[in-house]
Amino acid sequence: MLDSVNMSATIGSQNTKEWPEVIHGIFRSMRIRQVGYVPDSGHAKLIGACVDDPEIVSVPLTSEEEGIGLITGAWLGGQRGALLMQSSGVGNCMNMFTLATNCRIPVLVLVTMRGEWGEFNPWQVPMGQAASSAIELLGGLVYRVEDSTSVGPTVEAAAKVAFNTSRLVGVMLAQQLIGAKRFSGNSDGA
Amino acid sequence: MAPKNDRVPRNQVVSELFAGRQEELAIIGLGSPVWDCTAVEDHPLNFPLWGAMGGAGMIGLGLALAQPERRVLVVTGDGELLMGLGALATIAAQAPKNLGIAVLDNGIYGETGGQLTHTSYGIDLAEMASGAGFSQTITAADEESLSRAIHMVRFEPGPVLAAIKITEDHYSYSPKVLPPRDGVVLKSRLREALLGADSLKE
Repeated sequence: MLDSVNMSATIGSQNTKEWPEVIHGIFRSMRIRQVGYVPDSGHAKLIGACVDDPEIVSVPLTSEEEGIGLITGAWLGGQRGALLMQSSGVGNCMNMFTLATNCRIPVLVLVTMRGEWGEFNPWQVPMGQAASSAIELLGGLVYRVEDSTSVGPTVEAAAKVAFNTSRLVGVMLAQQLIGAKRFSGNSDGA
Repeated sequence: MAPKNDRVPRNQVVSELFAGRQEELAIIGLGSPVWDCTAVEDHPLNFPLWGAMGGAGMIGLGLALAQPERRVLVVTGDGELLMGLGALATIAAQAPKNLGIAVLDNGIYGETGGQLTHTSYGIDLAEMASGAGFSQTITAADEESLSRAIHMVRFEPGPVLAAIKITEDHYSYSPKVLPPRDGVVLKSRLREALLGADSLKE
Protein backbone atom coordinates (compact mmCIF):
# COMPACT_ATOMS: atom_id res chain seq x y z
CA MET A 1 0.00 0.00 0.00
CA LEU A 2 2.79 2.41 0.84
CA ASP A 3 4.35 1.72 -2.56
CA SER A 4 1.29 3.01 -4.35
CA VAL A 5 1.32 6.48 -2.82
CA ASN A 6 3.70 9.37 -2.96
CA MET A 7 5.39 9.32 0.46
CA SER A 8 6.53 12.91 0.37
CA ALA A 9 2.99 14.11 -0.24
CA THR A 10 1.32 11.99 2.39
CA ILE A 11 3.86 11.73 5.16
CA GLY A 12 3.15 15.17 6.52
CA SER A 13 -0.43 15.95 7.42
CA GLN A 14 -2.08 18.94 5.78
CA ASN A 15 -4.22 19.51 8.83
CA THR A 16 -1.77 20.00 11.68
CA LYS A 17 -3.06 23.53 12.28
CA GLU A 18 -6.52 22.41 13.15
CA TRP A 19 -6.74 19.42 15.44
CA PRO A 20 -4.87 20.72 18.51
CA GLU A 21 -7.29 23.65 18.69
CA VAL A 22 -10.21 21.26 18.34
CA ILE A 23 -8.96 19.19 21.28
CA HIS A 24 -8.35 22.29 23.37
CA GLY A 25 -11.95 23.35 22.72
CA ILE A 26 -13.14 19.96 23.97
CA PHE A 27 -11.00 20.36 27.10
CA ARG A 28 -12.84 23.63 27.73
CA SER A 29 -16.31 22.25 27.07
CA MET A 30 -15.62 19.11 29.16
CA ARG A 31 -14.40 21.27 32.09
CA ILE A 32 -10.93 19.74 32.23
CA ARG A 33 -8.93 21.69 34.81
CA GLN A 34 -5.59 19.89 35.07
CA VAL A 35 -3.46 18.76 32.15
CA GLY A 36 -0.25 16.82 32.74
CA TYR A 37 2.20 16.38 29.92
CA VAL A 38 5.56 15.12 28.83
CA PRO A 39 6.43 17.10 25.72
CA ASP A 40 6.14 15.60 22.26
CA SER A 41 6.48 17.50 19.04
CA GLY A 42 3.09 16.17 17.95
CA HIS A 43 1.52 17.67 21.07
CA ALA A 44 3.42 20.97 20.96
CA LYS A 45 0.50 23.14 19.83
CA LEU A 46 -1.97 21.57 22.24
CA ILE A 47 0.50 21.92 25.12
CA GLY A 48 0.93 25.58 24.20
CA ALA A 49 -2.83 26.12 24.14
CA CYS A 50 -3.23 24.50 27.57
CA VAL A 51 -0.33 26.47 29.09
CA ASP A 52 -1.89 29.71 27.79
CA ASP A 53 -5.35 28.83 29.15
CA PRO A 54 -5.97 30.41 32.58
CA GLU A 55 -8.74 27.87 33.27
CA ILE A 56 -6.30 24.97 33.02
CA VAL A 57 -3.39 24.16 35.35
CA SER A 58 -0.74 22.68 33.07
CA VAL A 59 1.76 20.42 34.80
CA PRO A 60 5.01 19.38 33.12
CA LEU A 61 5.92 15.87 34.28
CA THR A 62 9.36 14.31 34.50
CA SER A 63 7.86 10.96 33.52
CA GLU A 64 4.43 10.03 32.27
CA GLU A 65 3.57 7.81 35.23
CA GLU A 66 3.45 10.91 37.42
CA GLY A 67 0.46 12.02 35.40
CA ILE A 68 -1.72 9.12 36.51
CA GLY A 69 -1.11 10.13 40.12
CA LEU A 70 -1.76 13.78 39.30
CA ILE A 71 -5.11 13.07 37.65
CA THR A 72 -6.10 10.73 40.49
CA GLY A 73 -5.46 13.49 43.01
CA ALA A 74 -7.30 16.01 40.88
CA TRP A 75 -10.34 13.74 40.72
CA LEU A 76 -10.29 13.13 44.48
CA GLY A 77 -10.42 16.91 44.79
CA GLY A 78 -13.30 17.29 42.34
CA GLN A 79 -11.42 18.30 39.19
CA ARG A 80 -11.23 16.59 35.83
CA GLY A 81 -7.85 16.01 34.24
CA ALA A 82 -6.24 14.80 31.04
CA LEU A 83 -2.76 13.67 30.03
CA LEU A 84 -0.72 14.32 26.90
CA MET A 85 2.08 11.93 26.01
CA GLN A 86 3.89 10.14 23.24
CA SER A 87 3.35 6.42 22.66
CA SER A 88 6.69 5.60 24.32
CA GLY A 89 5.34 7.20 27.51
CA VAL A 90 2.46 4.74 27.76
CA GLY A 91 4.95 2.09 28.82
CA ASN A 92 6.11 4.28 31.67
CA CYS A 93 2.57 4.35 33.09
CA MET A 94 1.85 0.64 33.37
CA ASN A 95 1.75 0.08 37.14
CA MET A 96 0.22 3.49 37.78
CA PHE A 97 -2.74 2.57 35.54
CA THR A 98 -3.69 0.48 38.59
CA LEU A 99 -5.01 3.70 40.15
CA ALA A 100 -7.44 4.29 37.31
CA THR A 101 -8.54 0.68 37.03
CA ASN A 102 -8.73 -0.18 40.72
CA CYS A 103 -10.21 3.07 42.01
CA ARG A 104 -12.22 3.77 38.83
CA ILE A 105 -10.65 7.16 38.25
CA PRO A 106 -11.56 8.90 34.99
CA VAL A 107 -8.28 9.40 33.11
CA LEU A 108 -8.27 10.71 29.56
CA VAL A 109 -4.93 10.09 27.85
CA LEU A 110 -4.16 11.58 24.44
CA VAL A 111 -1.28 9.68 22.87
CA THR A 112 0.65 10.92 19.86
CA MET A 113 1.83 7.84 18.01
CA ARG A 114 5.34 6.99 16.94
CA GLY A 115 6.76 3.79 15.57
CA GLU A 116 4.18 3.23 12.89
CA TRP A 117 3.37 5.22 9.70
CA GLY A 118 6.63 6.27 8.04
CA GLU A 119 8.74 6.01 11.21
CA PHE A 120 12.44 6.82 10.83
CA ASN A 121 13.65 5.77 14.29
CA PRO A 122 13.63 2.03 14.98
CA TRP A 123 13.74 2.63 18.74
CA GLN A 124 10.21 4.04 18.59
CA VAL A 125 8.70 0.89 17.10
CA PRO A 126 8.43 -1.58 20.03
CA MET A 127 6.56 0.70 22.44
CA GLY A 128 4.63 2.41 19.66
CA GLN A 129 3.32 -0.93 18.44
CA ALA A 130 2.47 -2.02 21.99
CA ALA A 131 0.92 1.22 23.27
CA SER A 132 -2.75 0.48 22.47
CA SER A 133 -2.55 -3.06 23.79
CA ALA A 134 -0.77 -1.83 26.91
CA ILE A 135 -3.66 0.45 27.82
CA GLU A 136 -6.15 -2.34 27.15
CA LEU A 137 -4.08 -4.84 29.16
CA LEU A 138 -4.49 -2.65 32.24
CA GLY A 139 -8.22 -2.27 31.74
CA GLY A 140 -8.47 0.91 29.68
CA LEU A 141 -10.50 1.61 26.55
CA VAL A 142 -8.77 2.72 23.36
CA TYR A 143 -9.91 4.85 20.45
CA ARG A 144 -7.79 5.64 17.42
CA VAL A 145 -7.83 8.66 15.12
CA GLU A 146 -6.21 8.66 11.71
CA ASP A 147 -7.72 11.71 10.01
CA SER A 148 -8.26 15.25 11.19
CA THR A 149 -12.01 15.30 10.65
CA SER A 150 -12.41 12.49 13.20
CA VAL A 151 -10.36 14.15 15.94
CA GLY A 152 -13.17 16.22 17.44
CA PRO A 153 -15.89 13.54 17.53
CA THR A 154 -13.47 10.87 18.76
CA VAL A 155 -11.88 12.91 21.54
CA GLU A 156 -15.26 14.14 22.69
CA ALA A 157 -16.66 10.61 22.72
CA ALA A 158 -13.60 9.34 24.58
CA ALA A 159 -13.87 12.12 27.17
CA LYS A 160 -17.55 11.32 27.75
CA VAL A 161 -16.78 7.64 28.27
CA ALA A 162 -13.91 8.50 30.63
CA PHE A 163 -15.88 10.94 32.78
CA ASN A 164 -19.33 9.34 32.58
CA THR A 165 -18.15 5.81 33.30
CA SER A 166 -15.04 6.57 35.42
CA ARG A 167 -12.43 4.82 33.35
CA LEU A 168 -9.04 5.03 31.78
CA VAL A 169 -9.53 5.94 28.11
CA GLY A 170 -6.73 6.37 25.58
CA VAL A 171 -7.03 8.20 22.29
CA MET A 172 -4.26 7.22 19.92
CA LEU A 173 -3.50 10.05 17.51
CA ALA A 174 -2.05 8.18 14.56
CA GLN A 175 1.18 9.12 12.86
CA GLN A 176 -0.74 9.73 9.62
CA LEU A 177 -2.53 12.55 11.43
CA ILE A 178 0.50 14.07 13.09
CA GLY A 179 3.02 13.61 10.30
CA ALA A 180 6.19 11.60 10.69
CA LYS A 181 8.99 13.41 12.48
CA ARG A 182 11.62 14.63 10.04
CA PHE A 183 15.31 14.21 10.78
CA SER A 184 17.93 16.39 9.15
CA GLY A 185 19.94 14.52 6.57
CA ASN A 186 16.97 12.44 5.59
CA SER A 187 14.96 14.36 3.06
CA ASP A 188 12.30 11.65 2.83
CA GLY A 189 11.49 12.21 6.46
CA ALA A 190 10.95 8.49 6.68
CA MET B 1 22.63 5.35 58.75
CA ALA B 2 21.72 7.33 61.83
CA PRO B 3 22.31 5.47 65.08
CA LYS B 4 19.18 3.99 66.58
CA ASN B 5 19.05 6.45 69.47
CA ASP B 6 18.80 9.27 66.91
CA ARG B 7 15.43 8.07 65.78
CA VAL B 8 11.86 8.53 66.96
CA PRO B 9 9.07 5.94 67.26
CA ARG B 10 6.85 5.85 64.18
CA ASN B 11 3.57 5.80 66.13
CA GLN B 12 4.58 9.03 67.87
CA VAL B 13 5.12 10.67 64.48
CA VAL B 14 1.71 9.79 63.07
CA SER B 15 -0.16 10.58 66.26
CA GLU B 16 1.41 14.05 66.34
CA LEU B 17 0.77 14.55 62.63
CA PHE B 18 -2.95 14.04 63.13
CA ALA B 19 -3.36 15.42 66.67
CA GLY B 20 -6.40 17.72 66.73
CA ARG B 21 -7.00 17.02 63.05
CA GLN B 22 -9.41 19.43 61.42
CA GLU B 23 -9.97 19.19 57.69
CA GLU B 24 -6.60 18.00 56.46
CA LEU B 25 -6.61 15.66 53.50
CA ALA B 26 -4.08 12.83 53.66
CA ILE B 27 -2.54 10.72 50.92
CA ILE B 28 -0.74 7.79 52.52
CA GLY B 29 1.94 5.81 50.70
CA LEU B 30 1.75 2.05 50.71
CA GLY B 31 3.14 -0.15 53.43
CA SER B 32 3.66 0.60 57.09
CA PRO B 33 2.61 4.28 56.87
CA VAL B 34 -0.86 3.04 55.91
CA TRP B 35 -1.14 0.78 58.96
CA ASP B 36 0.23 3.53 61.21
CA CYS B 37 -2.10 6.27 59.97
CA THR B 38 -5.10 3.96 59.98
CA ALA B 39 -4.35 3.05 63.60
CA VAL B 40 -4.69 6.74 64.50
CA GLU B 41 -8.02 6.88 62.68
CA ASP B 42 -9.50 5.28 59.59
CA HIS B 43 -10.51 8.77 58.52
CA PRO B 44 -12.66 9.34 55.42
CA LEU B 45 -10.31 12.13 54.33
CA ASN B 46 -7.45 9.60 54.18
CA PHE B 47 -6.57 8.03 50.86
CA PRO B 48 -4.42 5.05 51.82
CA LEU B 49 -2.62 3.30 48.97
CA TRP B 50 -2.27 -0.47 48.67
CA GLY B 51 -0.24 -0.17 45.47
CA ALA B 52 0.87 2.42 42.89
CA MET B 53 4.23 2.65 44.66
CA GLY B 54 5.92 5.96 43.96
CA GLY B 55 2.65 7.76 43.29
CA ALA B 56 1.70 9.23 46.67
CA GLY B 57 3.42 12.57 46.16
CA MET B 58 1.86 13.12 42.76
CA ILE B 59 -1.62 12.26 44.03
CA GLY B 60 -0.99 14.80 46.74
CA LEU B 61 -0.04 17.39 44.11
CA GLY B 62 -3.18 16.83 42.03
CA LEU B 63 -5.32 17.09 45.15
CA ALA B 64 -3.49 20.18 46.43
CA LEU B 65 -3.99 21.94 43.08
CA ALA B 66 -7.68 21.01 43.01
CA GLN B 67 -8.25 22.10 46.64
CA PRO B 68 -5.96 25.09 47.21
CA GLU B 69 -7.78 26.11 50.41
CA ARG B 70 -7.28 22.75 52.11
CA ARG B 71 -4.07 21.44 53.64
CA VAL B 72 -2.90 18.26 51.93
CA LEU B 73 -0.53 15.93 53.77
CA VAL B 74 1.40 13.17 52.07
CA VAL B 75 2.58 10.60 54.58
CA THR B 76 4.82 8.01 53.04
CA GLY B 77 7.91 5.87 53.46
CA ASP B 78 11.43 6.41 52.19
CA GLY B 79 11.15 3.48 49.79
CA GLU B 80 7.89 4.77 48.35
CA LEU B 81 9.26 8.28 47.83
CA LEU B 82 12.46 6.93 46.28
CA MET B 83 10.44 5.13 43.60
CA GLY B 84 9.06 8.44 42.33
CA LEU B 85 11.83 10.97 42.92
CA GLY B 86 10.96 12.90 39.78
CA ALA B 87 7.81 13.98 41.59
CA LEU B 88 9.94 16.23 43.80
CA ALA B 89 10.84 18.26 40.70
CA THR B 90 7.27 18.24 39.38
CA ILE B 91 5.85 19.33 42.75
CA ALA B 92 8.47 22.04 43.23
CA ALA B 93 7.72 23.46 39.78
CA GLN B 94 4.04 23.87 40.74
CA ALA B 95 4.93 25.11 44.24
CA PRO B 96 1.60 24.32 45.97
CA LYS B 97 1.50 26.29 49.22
CA ASN B 98 -0.89 23.79 50.82
CA LEU B 99 1.18 20.62 50.38
CA GLY B 100 3.33 19.04 53.09
CA ILE B 101 5.17 15.74 52.76
CA ALA B 102 6.18 13.67 55.79
CA VAL B 103 8.56 10.83 55.01
CA LEU B 104 8.66 8.11 57.65
CA ASP B 105 12.27 7.18 56.98
CA ASN B 106 13.37 3.95 58.62
CA GLY B 107 16.05 3.25 56.03
CA ILE B 108 14.62 -0.14 55.11
CA TYR B 109 12.00 -1.80 52.95
CA GLY B 110 10.08 -2.98 55.99
CA GLU B 111 7.39 -4.88 54.10
CA THR B 112 9.75 -7.06 52.11
CA GLY B 113 12.34 -8.29 54.56
CA GLY B 114 14.16 -5.22 55.78
CA GLN B 115 16.46 -4.66 52.81
CA LEU B 116 18.26 -1.33 53.06
CA THR B 117 16.85 1.63 51.15
CA HIS B 118 19.07 4.28 49.63
CA THR B 119 18.70 6.51 52.69
CA SER B 120 20.72 3.89 54.57
CA TYR B 121 23.49 4.50 52.04
CA GLY B 122 23.45 8.21 52.84
CA ILE B 123 20.96 9.60 50.33
CA ASP B 124 19.50 12.76 51.88
CA LEU B 125 15.84 13.16 50.96
CA ALA B 126 15.52 16.61 52.52
CA GLU B 127 18.50 17.84 50.49
CA MET B 128 16.98 16.41 47.33
CA ALA B 129 13.68 18.19 47.97
CA SER B 130 15.56 21.36 48.84
CA GLY B 131 17.54 21.12 45.63
CA ALA B 132 14.30 20.67 43.70
CA GLY B 133 13.04 23.94 45.14
CA PHE B 134 10.78 23.01 48.06
CA SER B 135 10.17 26.08 50.20
CA GLN B 136 11.38 24.35 53.38
CA THR B 137 12.77 20.96 54.30
CA ILE B 138 14.04 19.34 57.47
CA THR B 139 15.56 16.09 58.62
CA ALA B 140 14.23 15.20 62.05
CA ALA B 141 15.73 12.58 64.32
CA ASP B 142 14.92 13.66 67.88
CA GLU B 143 12.09 15.16 69.94
CA GLU B 144 12.95 18.77 69.25
CA SER B 145 13.40 18.48 65.51
CA LEU B 146 10.31 16.24 65.35
CA SER B 147 8.01 18.97 66.70
CA ARG B 148 9.59 21.40 64.24
CA ALA B 149 9.01 18.91 61.39
CA ILE B 150 5.40 18.22 62.37
CA HIS B 151 4.61 21.93 62.47
CA MET B 152 6.26 22.47 59.11
CA VAL B 153 4.38 19.66 57.39
CA ARG B 154 1.01 20.62 58.84
CA PHE B 155 1.02 24.39 58.82
CA GLU B 156 3.87 26.12 56.99
CA PRO B 157 3.77 27.37 53.38
CA GLY B 158 4.51 24.54 50.98
CA PRO B 159 5.74 22.66 49.35
CA VAL B 160 7.57 21.36 52.41
CA LEU B 161 9.17 17.99 53.09
CA ALA B 162 10.25 16.50 56.39
CA ALA B 163 12.41 13.39 56.40
CA ILE B 164 11.68 11.93 59.81
CA LYS B 165 14.12 9.29 60.96
CA ILE B 166 12.04 6.62 62.66
CA THR B 167 12.91 3.40 64.39
CA GLU B 168 13.06 0.28 62.29
CA ASP B 169 9.96 -1.34 63.78
CA HIS B 170 7.98 -2.79 60.97
CA TYR B 171 4.86 -1.23 62.40
CA SER B 172 3.81 0.12 65.72
CA TYR B 173 0.52 -1.59 66.35
CA SER B 174 -0.16 -5.28 66.63
CA PRO B 175 -2.24 -6.55 65.03
CA LYS B 176 -1.94 -4.17 62.07
CA VAL B 177 -4.86 -1.83 61.60
CA LEU B 178 -5.95 -2.05 57.98
CA PRO B 179 -8.10 0.39 56.00
CA PRO B 180 -10.56 -0.84 53.35
CA ARG B 181 -8.80 -2.44 50.39
CA ASP B 182 -11.31 -1.57 47.68
CA GLY B 183 -10.07 1.43 45.72
CA VAL B 184 -13.59 2.49 44.76
CA VAL B 185 -14.61 2.59 48.42
CA LEU B 186 -11.55 4.66 49.32
CA LYS B 187 -12.11 7.09 46.44
CA SER B 188 -15.83 7.47 47.02
CA ARG B 189 -15.69 7.97 50.76
CA LEU B 190 -13.07 10.69 50.39
CA ARG B 191 -15.00 12.47 47.64
CA GLU B 192 -18.23 12.26 49.62
CA ALA B 193 -16.55 13.65 52.75
CA LEU B 194 -14.82 16.41 50.81
CA LEU B 195 -17.25 17.29 48.03
CA GLY B 196 -20.60 16.10 49.37
CA ALA B 197 -22.98 13.30 48.46
CA ASP B 198 -23.76 14.75 45.03
CA SER B 199 -20.21 14.00 43.96
CA LEU B 200 -21.14 10.31 43.96
CA LYS B 201 -23.58 10.97 41.13
CA GLU B 202 -20.90 12.39 38.84
